[in-house]
Amino acid sequence: MTDVLASKQIDPRAVLTGSSALADHSEGMSYLHSLPRRLVTLYLPLGIIMLVLMFPFYWMALTAIKPDEQLLDLENFNPFWTWTPTLKHIQKLLFESNYPLWLWNTMLVAVSATVLSIVASVLAAYAIVRLRYKGAQWVGGAIFLAYLIPPSILFIPLSTVVFQYGLFDTPFALILTYPTILIPFSTWLLMGYFKTIPFELEECALIDGASRWQILTKIVLPLAVPGLISAFIFCFTLCWNEFIYALTFISSTSHKTVPVAIVNEFVDGDIYRWGSLMAGALAGSLPLVVLYAFFVEHYVSAMTGAVKE
Amino acid sequence: MAEAALGTRTKSGSYPHVTAWDRLKVNREWLAWWFMLPAAAFLVLFLAYPLGLGVWLSFTDTRIGRSGVFIGLENYEWLWDDSVFWVSVFNTLLYTGVASAVKFAVGLYLALLLNENLPFKAIIRSVVLIPFIVPTVLSAIAFWWLFDSQFSIISWSLRKLHLISTNIDFLGDPWTARWSVIFANIWRGVPFVAITLLAGLQTVSPSLYEAATIDGASTWQRFRFITYPLLTPIIAVVMTFSVLFTFTDFQLIWVLTRGGPVNATHLMATLSYQRAIVGGHLGEGAAIATAMIPFLLAAILISWFGLQRRKWQQGESND
Repeated sequence: MTDVLASKQIDPRAVLTGSSALADHSEGMSYLHSLPRRLVTLYLPLGIIMLVLMFPFYWMALTAIKPDEQLLDLENFNPFWTWTPTLKHIQKLLFESNYPLWLWNTMLVAVSATVLSIVASVLAAYAIVRLRYKGAQWVGGAIFLAYLIPPSILFIPLSTVVFQYGLFDTPFALILTYPTILIPFSTWLLMGYFKTIPFELEECALIDGASRWQILTKIVLPLAVPGLISAFIFCFTLCWNEFIYALTFISSTSHKTVPVAIVNEFVDGDIYRWGSLMAGALAGSLPLVVLYAFFVEHYVSAMTGAVKE
Repeated sequence: MAEAALGTRTKSGSYPHVTAWDRLKVNREWLAWWFMLPAAAFLVLFLAYPLGLGVWLSFTDTRIGRSGVFIGLENYEWLWDDSVFWVSVFNTLLYTGVASAVKFAVGLYLALLLNENLPFKAIIRSVVLIPFIVPTVLSAIAFWWLFDSQFSIISWSLRKLHLISTNIDFLGDPWTARWSVIFANIWRGVPFVAITLLAGLQTVSPSLYEAATIDGASTWQRFRFITYPLLTPIIAVVMTFSVLFTFTDFQLIWVLTRGGPVNATHLMATLSYQRAIVGGHLGEGAAIATAMIPFLLAAILISWFGLQRRKWQQGESND
């Protein structure tokens, strides 16, 4: 029975729009339910869950534009809205702190680590799926296991390793350690994509005298572009989200990434810190949310690809 | 024709000379070695080696700036008698157990709701995933503000509704602090569970439901005997990931409470950071981190052998 699920390829587009070949009876059985019934069993619970999921973001945005005196005076002002928005917090963030520098650090580390990981993963995934060398299956299993090793049991020994290699407090400490989180994930994801490319294409190319390298760059990679995009943006998101390595391996203010800097540099005794703190959290999330808005389908396919295939 | 062509060719002896290098260039094992090299280098240098080093460090008395000597099980004996360590173990199990169970229940419920025919379906589904996209630390900071002891909007709303008379000290009391961080973890984890399960739900053919409805199955029966069995494999994988990442969580606790009040909310990961990096006792911190490995192995083995034994786990295709 479970094979029914296993044999169906999950289509990320379908997850978002619900228009897969299977579910093309777009109305389904919903005509059986009257509107009042749907209101109570569907729209109400969905509305509540959505409200809870979205409220922290609303609160972040509102706090970032509220004047200080309104933030701390809940009795005289309606806390859920403000009629006098201010850009003071955002201005303070951008021009009176190192925030732009931290954004730049995060971007640099995330892009470099992601590019390194994707290159290594493409080669490894191609070798495992298509070169099928002796023991490739076991390596595939080992990579899945590596994906399950969490950073929180590695950061202590890694900190001594980073120190020994002389990388401590440099961006390279992060650029070289993040791939350990990213490579297992993206190799696993790309293995799934490479498997869907018909190997008859490669056989043709081999007969025509193409080398393995030519096959990889001229046939496999162009066909795997959606997979590459998925892997790229998901790795980028993971890098941006990473905290424990950045907290442990970086000590000077000018090398910090956004998450660490916000936690360590913004939190002081100042009672009026909330506005700029929220502005900082919001500005740090925006790049990812914008990226997400453009590549929703690729995110979903990366997520489902990571747990399946 | 072909024979003739072959014959002339042999006679003229124009076969190109095949050198050992030419043979090597098309040898799969040799090529695979070079293709695997970059990934293997990263994983060996920065994953396998530190993993082994971590276990070794847990048997030494290494401190920051001073290499240690082998002291056997002393770190573990020390931890065995350390009540803070046992509190952290208890917290980790509570945090993982409660958060994973609720994430699964709410995630599955949300997935079922999203699977219905809704207006603006695509937009709603995309928006649901946003808490998962936003970096944990940054959303944790929003929760920190929501859980503020004086200016919390939650306390304010409850007071205006006359449900409570004084502000709730969300992060100041051990038990409310525990439930608060668990809530924040659930908030972040539900979208991931919901969207992956939704992907699984999409593959269930609607005709099964139609047939069951005609046969007189109730909503619960349709869920119990169609949806749930078909979803089991993907539930197994999603929950393994969920349990694993909840168990080793660090960011949320570190931002919200730093293990406080008075070590009451330390997880094993935060305690090992506290001891190793803040306190400087690398050996002891490594021992706490190593103590997490048996739990992780148990979680992995349950998913690997217990729940679903499927071909893809060995890197093969699904059919």
